[in-house]
Amino acid sequence: MTTTAPETEVLAAVFDAAVAADERIEPRDWMPDAYRATLVRQIAQHAHSEIIGMQPEANWITRAPSLRRKAILMAKVQDEAGHGLYLYSAAETLGTGRDELLDKLHAGRQRYSSIFNYPTLTWADVGAIGWLVDGAAITNQVPLCRCSYGPYARAMVRICKEESFHQRQGYELLLTLSRGTEAQHAMAQDAVDRWWWPSLMMFGPPDDESAHSAQSMAWKIKRHSNDELRQRFVDICVPQAESLGLTLPDPDLRWNEARGHYDFGAIDWDEFHEVLRGNGPCNDQRIGQRRTAHENGAWVREAAAAHAAKHGKATA
Amino acid sequence: MTGTDWPLWEVFVRSRRGLSHTHAGSLHAPDAEMALRNARDLYTRRSEGVSIWVVPATAITASSPDEKDPFFEPAADKPYRHPTFYDIPEGVRHL
Repeated sequence: MTTTAPETEVLAAVFDAAVAADERIEPRDWMPDAYRATLVRQIAQHAHSEIIGMQPEANWITRAPSLRRKAILMAKVQDEAGHGLYLYSAAETLGTGRDELLDKLHAGRQRYSSIFNYPTLTWADVGAIGWLVDGAAITNQVPLCRCSYGPYARAMVRICKEESFHQRQGYELLLTLSRGTEAQHAMAQDAVDRWWWPSLMMFGPPDDESAHSAQSMAWKIKRHSNDELRQRFVDICVPQAESLGLTLPDPDLRWNEARGHYDFGAIDWDEFHEVLRGNGPCNDQRIGQRRTAHENGAWVREAAAAHAAKHGKATA
Repeated sequence: MTGTDWPLWEVFVRSRRGLSHTHAGSLHAPDAEMALRNARDLYTRRSEGVSIWVVPATAITASSPDEKDPFFEPAADKPYRHPTFYDIPEGVRHL
């Protein structure tokens, strides 16, 4: 299908008007190539983050301190797989298949959130991830429920509903440790100390250095700037930390009456860029394990395909 | 790589009796049976459904995405199909 230049202009005007009117763009609508490419990049990175994010937490399933905690953690890790699949499904509506995206992840050609390149050293890390990492994710994701691209927005609605359980189980876990023995309290505090700053980095670089922000805001893929969301998250976390009986590792953190927000210290963006470049504590391990898991699953996929062929039920 | 040619299935879920099936998303599976099982694991982990349909995506025929398509035009100029088209005197009840 080819369109002439004047036709493209008309289609672009229809697209712009739909976005301006806060209508949703649906898969078969005409959309600018750059809009499609931006969505594929963002949704893929988001999907990859969900499935890579299974690893740091799965690390503790066999060592969960009770059957209750183990069942909760398994359900949470299974949810992360589900979230990845909702998102790959949304990406596929843009004409990019799951296999292509997985290949790119395995080849290191597409990214996932840098937060998952940090190790989970103690059981308390499971709590800190739930409270802080999932909390930051929710802050990022709630506005995405109103994203201009329909399938992405709908996937986010499902995900946000489920993330709420993730965050609350993490908070409850940390609260239990914080109110436990001295050693348990110290373990909880140590986890928060290590996860706080990387969680703030999850919102991405400062607004004046964010490469894609302005265009994404114009297309209503993004609704709020990185710094705005980061501030919202800090403001939410400070009182929550107080209720936990834990402190946040930032000597510059204090209420600013004039701004009506908490001021916080400088983020180490060098660390952020180093981790993005592949030099975080666990980058190689995460991608290595993902590739291995995919290769180890080959026989299951082959068996399923053989079964379908034998029974002739592959109707599509 | 195996699995690249698995068909795409669209998933529809009935959330409770009395409601229609609603589109939930899609997934890949080698056959209908696996598609149903995967759909259960993916879209009903919190009892969101009492019934699931899986439909090969290629089996769906869709209208043009353009809402201003002449296809929908026959309905556009018939306001008399709506009850609000008619003037009824004040005080007339149960109408």
